[in-house]
Amino acid sequence: MIPAAATLDVARIRQDFPALCVPFHGKPLIYLDSAVSSLTPRPVVERVSHYQSFEHTNVHRGVSTLSQEATDRFEEAREKVRAFINAPSAAQVIWTRGTTESINLVAQTFGRMRVKSGDEILLSAMEHHSNIVPWQLLAEEKGARIRVLPMTDRGELELDELDRLLTERTRILGVTHVSNVLGTINPVKEIIRRAHARQVPVLVDGAQGVPHLPVDVADLDADFYAFSGHKLCGPTGIGVLYGRRELLDAMPPWQGGGSMILSVEWERTTFCPVPGKFEAGTPPIAQAIGLGAAIDYLRGIGLERIAAHEHELLAYATERLSALPGLRIIGRAQDKASVISFVLDDIHPHDVGSILDHDGIVVRAGHHCAQPVMKRFGVPATTRASLACFNTREEIDALVSAILKVQEIFQ
Amino acid sequence: MSDPRELYQQVIIEHNKKPRNYGDLEPCTHQAHGLNPLCGDDIVLKLVVRDGIVQEVRFTGQGCAISKASSSLMTVNIKGKPMAEAEVMVEQFREMIRGTLDPAVQPNILGKLTLFQSVKNLPSRVKCAVLPWATLHSALQGEDTVSTE
Repeated sequence: MIPAAATLDVARIRQDFPALCVPFHGKPLIYLDSAVSSLTPRPVVERVSHYQSFEHTNVHRGVSTLSQEATDRFEEAREKVRAFINAPSAAQVIWTRGTTESINLVAQTFGRMRVKSGDEILLSAMEHHSNIVPWQLLAEEKGARIRVLPMTDRGELELDELDRLLTERTRILGVTHVSNVLGTINPVKEIIRRAHARQVPVLVDGAQGVPHLPVDVADLDADFYAFSGHKLCGPTGIGVLYGRRELLDAMPPWQGGGSMILSVEWERTTFCPVPGKFEAGTPPIAQAIGLGAAIDYLRGIGLERIAAHEHELLAYATERLSALPGLRIIGRAQDKASVISFVLDDIHPHDVGSILDHDGIVVRAGHHCAQPVMKRFGVPATTRASLACFNTREEIDALVSAILKVQEIFQ
Repeated sequence: MSDPRELYQQVIIEHNKKPRNYGDLEPCTHQAHGLNPLCGDDIVLKLVVRDGIVQEVRFTGQGCAISKASSSLMTVNIKGKPMAEAEVMVEQFREMIRGTLDPAVQPNILGKLTLFQSVKNLPSRVKCAVLPWATLHSALQGEDTVSTE
């Protein structure tokens, strides 16, 4: 592989992000929080603005040229997502509000249809609340049981346990592609293969997967793959649910309303085929088009090159942070994306975060919507730095200096 | 943005490290559980109030330096005081953090608690400082649980 530094022009990429080009409270913004939400590059902002200014009306409605063109732009964005994740057809790309809504959609349609009293829902120990709570609600409703695939102290799933936990009663397996806390890249292809051997469908939470890895849902053989636009340089309020065609076809609609019907009579309603069946009401049009622009932007830089750059930064940050006495990295998996959680002496991460904030360094401090992960590692919270294509070694150095300052204050 | 050292003064760091009146208190006459769901700050406050006076007060729980130091200093300041006076402190502390009371010019009974004044410059941390006071208010009002959300 060609060294990332030689192939990625970070200085030029930084120019694409308006937030990085102006001082933040008098200091350069050091944004190490892309896992919470990515900064938005100018081409995405401009695309959304252009659409909203000149191309906007409702989609899939009316005969006006404007409506047809808005519909075309909207559907082109769907095609961009299809190509981005290598889905067999654009009809299998369903727009949602985000990963959370995608998972809720599956739980409340597919899950409700399939899970019965006494059945089991298998989830990994490193799930975000968004891939736990929708299943708990379903389990409560159906009298089903949640089972948990454990992980090691390094933050790797215990795959030896997988076959034992995939039982006759398992109706679905939910697993995150990349842990938002630990950075672990899970071997989802292998997990899916083993689940399928037991006829168990798999939902992959890809919220942290797509920003860091080229994703091919066909190669993974995923039954469902969910992700959000706003972690992928796109707008908030837009997300994706990819689903296997025969599963989507068999699922009942979720929300009812306009757009999702072929005909409505008082006696009965006929629903659209996918994806329309799952898209009631006016969709987030500008946001979908913005997500399409974000995908264009990232593909323009090159997904492999971004991954290589992030990987190199991750190695550097891991080395620098590991050298600090009193700092403990939580999540030491072999295969990691550029997300680093740590605890520092007995200093609470909120205090760390506040002091870093003063130096213009944005990190996430807290439980990261993954309280079971915090409990597993025996910490109430962590500080998390997450790295993206625009981050630099100098920013890691600034993080290290600021951490030393925190330790000095708390001496 | 103010310098974090303004807030993280030695007294606060020291109370965080060695919180006063930390531990369980049984039997007690008043108690409440305070939660800051965003941060995960979590305190249980127990008091013995006799003849309208806070005779004893202790807290347990976990949280950041601000919430822990705020809890510690609160217990030191309300111990031995009449309930009514503790309630006045609750109100004045909140006003100070909101910026509607300037302890340098307006009369108040906050004493050392004015150390927390600069929290008002860190809006994301206001709830951490106020949590023990909100919990105290609930305990004195006979409520069980308070959340800053």
